[in-house]
Amino acid sequence: MSKNKARKIEGGLTLQFIPFGEIEKLDSTSRIKKLLKVIMGNKVIVIQGRLRPEEETRLIEDTMIMVGSVKGFKGIELAVISTNPEERTVMDKIKYGIANALVGQTDALTIIGPAAIIKDMKKDPSKLEVMMNK
Amino acid sequence: MVIRIIKNFFKRMFSEIFRKKKNISLGFYGPPNAGKTSLANRICKDWTGEELGTVSKIPHETRKVQFKERVEIKYKENSLIFKVVDTPGIATKIDYEDFMKFKLKKKQAQIRAKEATQGIIESIKWLDDVDAVVVVIDSTENPYSQVNITIIGNLVARKIPVLIVANKIDSKKSDIKKCEAAFPEYDVIGISAKYGTNMEEFYESLFKLAKKTT
Repeated sequence: MSKNKARKIEGGLTLQFIPFGEIEKLDSTSRIKKLLKVIMGNKVIVIQGRLRPEEETRLIEDTMIMVGSVKGFKGIELAVISTNPEERTVMDKIKYGIANALVGQTDALTIIGPAAIIKDMKKDPSKLEVMMNK
Repeated sequence: MVIRIIKNFFKRMFSEIFRKKKNISLGFYGPPNAGKTSLANRICKDWTGEELGTVSKIPHETRKVQFKERVEIKYKENSLIFKVVDTPGIATKIDYEDFMKFKLKKKQAQIRAKEATQGIIESIKWLDDVDAVVVVIDSTENPYSQVNITIIGNLVARKIPVLIVANKIDSKKSDIKKCEAAFPEYDVIGISAKYGTNMEEFYESLFKLAKKTT
């Protein structure tokens, strides 16, 4: 336990930014696999865009399978911040609707990290607070 | 001619008498400890006289999907038959040490954690088998949690009608306005499943929700 803590402090926090283009052409299975691989490396991921709703649940399902099978893995913290849909004009809504249907929501940021590193993410409409484990 | 009319009359009469009412599969989804089982219990107790499952302050008390078939609910002049499906709370992390804070022994906590992970997977799988969903959120907690948003986003993508229920309005910490602001596109019904507060409004909304399934 103390060894793990020491390793965390020595290693520091690693943020990995994933531009949308990097996951755009991947199918859902490959996307989730890629994200979980990074998370298992104790890194926090910042993705340009957001996963599709069915991918978010798939990520939760796969995370739970790993919690049950990988010793010491407690799961993930996940948050998405995006623009308020109510502030969009009709044209914007059409534009976003088409873009979402084709490639998923790109006007958002998704933050995913291992629960061992991120204690909590508190979101309200205008801000996101990320609390780290000591 | 006359024989045919008589035949049709009896055919219609018998088909009305023996027509089975549609059993609407109604899922209760939400984060752990929001009060899904408390609400499902209240409904089942109100209309069948029997509860569905046990409730506890320890999160993840419901670790298997539990359901009650043919729960007939009456509202004003109408009645509908539901299959009440109570699901384990959906979370993105499970730490057995959290259960030990509730005085569970390490082994018990580890078993509970293992069962909770399986329960979450089962909950998600059941999304394929529900006709409508009541998303139960805790009105004393931050409604903007990603689990709430992920569940609702999934239901919308699957075109499953949703009703949001903000539970625990009996608590001083309850903030129903914040819950309503978080989901402006939905009707948010504030209730207390524990004390049965505002159940009349809940049943009214439930019937509106059921209409969307047809």
